[in-house]
Amino acid sequence: MKKKELLTKIFARGYIALLLLLMYLPILVLVVFSFTDTTNLFTWDVFTFDLYVRLFNNKEIMTAVGNTLLVALISSLVASALGTFAAIGVHELGKKGKRAYEFANNIPVVNPEIVISLSLIIMFVFLGNYVFNGFEKSFWTLLCGHLVLTTPFVYLSVKPKILQMDPALYEAALDLGCTPAQAMRKVTYPAILPGILSGFMLAFTLSLDDFIITAFLTGPGLLSGAESIQTISTYVQSVIKKRPLPPEMRALCTIILLVVVIVVFSIFFLSRKERVKKRKGRTYIHG
Amino acid sequence: MNAATSELKESFWARLKSHARFKRKYLAFPYAVFLVLFVILPLLLIVYYAFSDSSGTPSFDALVSFFTSPNKWQVLFVSLFMGVQTTLICLLLGYPAAYILADKKLNKNAVLVVLFVMPMWINFVIRTGATRDLLDVIGLSGAQYPWPATLIGMVYNYLPFTILPLYTTMLKLDRSQMEAAADLGASPFRVFVHNVVPQSLPGIISASEMVFMPVMSSYVISDTLSEGKITLFGNYIYLDFSNSMWNEGSFMALIMLIIVGVSMFLTRNVDRSDAQVRGGGLW
Repeated sequence: MKKKELLTKIFARGYIALLLLLMYLPILVLVVFSFTDTTNLFTWDVFTFDLYVRLFNNKEIMTAVGNTLLVALISSLVASALGTFAAIGVHELGKKGKRAYEFANNIPVVNPEIVISLSLIIMFVFLGNYVFNGFEKSFWTLLCGHLVLTTPFVYLSVKPKILQMDPALYEAALDLGCTPAQAMRKVTYPAILPGILSGFMLAFTLSLDDFIITAFLTGPGLLSGAESIQTISTYVQSVIKKRPLPPEMRALCTIILLVVVIVVFSIFFLSRKERVKKRKGRTYIHG
Repeated sequence: MNAATSELKESFWARLKSHARFKRKYLAFPYAVFLVLFVILPLLLIVYYAFSDSSGTPSFDALVSFFTSPNKWQVLFVSLFMGVQTTLICLLLGYPAAYILADKKLNKNAVLVVLFVMPMWINFVIRTGATRDLLDVIGLSGAQYPWPATLIGMVYNYLPFTILPLYTTMLKLDRSQMEAAADLGASPFRVFVHNVVPQSLPGIISASEMVFMPVMSSYVISDTLSEGKITLFGNYIYLDFSNSMWNEGSFMALIMLIIVGVSMFLTRNVDRSDAQVRGGGLW
């Protein structure tokens, strides 16, 4: 019996290790070969940070990186505000209003991105033809697309926090002389902050990773100036269509991996600490 | 006269103020306008464009062309087939992994789960390019083997999205039920089929939803890994977009919407309250 358990354990661990190895293989290859300066993957010359220097001197890639971060930051900030206010407001609506609102909010969640992008571009073309005099794609059309993609997720992550809140708290704050704005800031905001933060993070990562909406709706602006805004996704896609990933991309991928590892693990350990603290607090109260 | 108007004005402002007194439900207004303008209106326009011609007059050209063009049927079937195959492989690989990760006897390390979902945060176009270059090196290039190469790329990209919802439902498996079944004489296989699978069904369904539709409508992965040889819905709509063929594109998008609607309808009774949306569970 013992032997069988051990065997299952070894088999299970081996399976997990193998799957992880396969999943990380393409990324690890990029990381390893980012420290040499050969054009072809899988050929090693000398150990050097040359590719990192080339990455930071490559204006096109740096513009794309800057644009990606700007678009993600702006759109996720706006989405957080829009989604949070919506979640607070919808909670006060009647049953029918709530249902209609949530139905509309869920459409972009289940709708494939390509349909979202096509429907938006068609609307802009339509408005350009029949309402305004022509239409130009710009940063604003791009922002609209990213907001459609991200705001529903902010709404969905703030909503449970509002449901958990004691509705009497807000009323009590008003009765004690707070203006609605003060009550909102001092009572509602702290209670739903974790939801807003996770919504913001989710919106940010969705925007970072997006390709199709950007490809459909991008126009001149931001760091690209008079040219169409390129993000990492659209830039890399246009480059790899014909030839292998440019060597500088290995350096970029390594940096992204590093940032992701730091951010993900610090959030993971912080939230675990918090959970442990809460559990301890609870036993203290009850004991 | 002057005093009267100013009095009137004052009472008007007072009435407006009391009327416009802040209520929390007003906060829902901006996003409601946004949803109507940028979600509902565009979808209605898709329907309108799908059933009109380029001059804007109603027509069934796009519909007729869809049902008479073998090319478009092929896109539909290739997309469905790619979607089903990717979903099945992802479930086959991800199910045991999620089970092991959620089993306290086999895995005490929550960091492993984080490792499984972490690739999601590295730009997927770069990852797709890396996969293509790697497959080229080992002799599985998309130019020669478009289908396997694309399938590998899809599985590679969507596996984390399968594992996460499966993992969250597996954490809630009632293990005493499984033990009871085993004690009453059920073989491990029967325990699995009659107890573990039904218990984890919500996870299986939401995992499938996270994979199936995105694969059917994907653009970058199929375009890069098959070297443009495999055309899925996403690739076809993208082509219509770059040629400004709004009516045909709209009809193809409408077909996608119908497939989404049908799959939502079929799974409407499944309790998905804990299933996570697009990796949101980790934050």
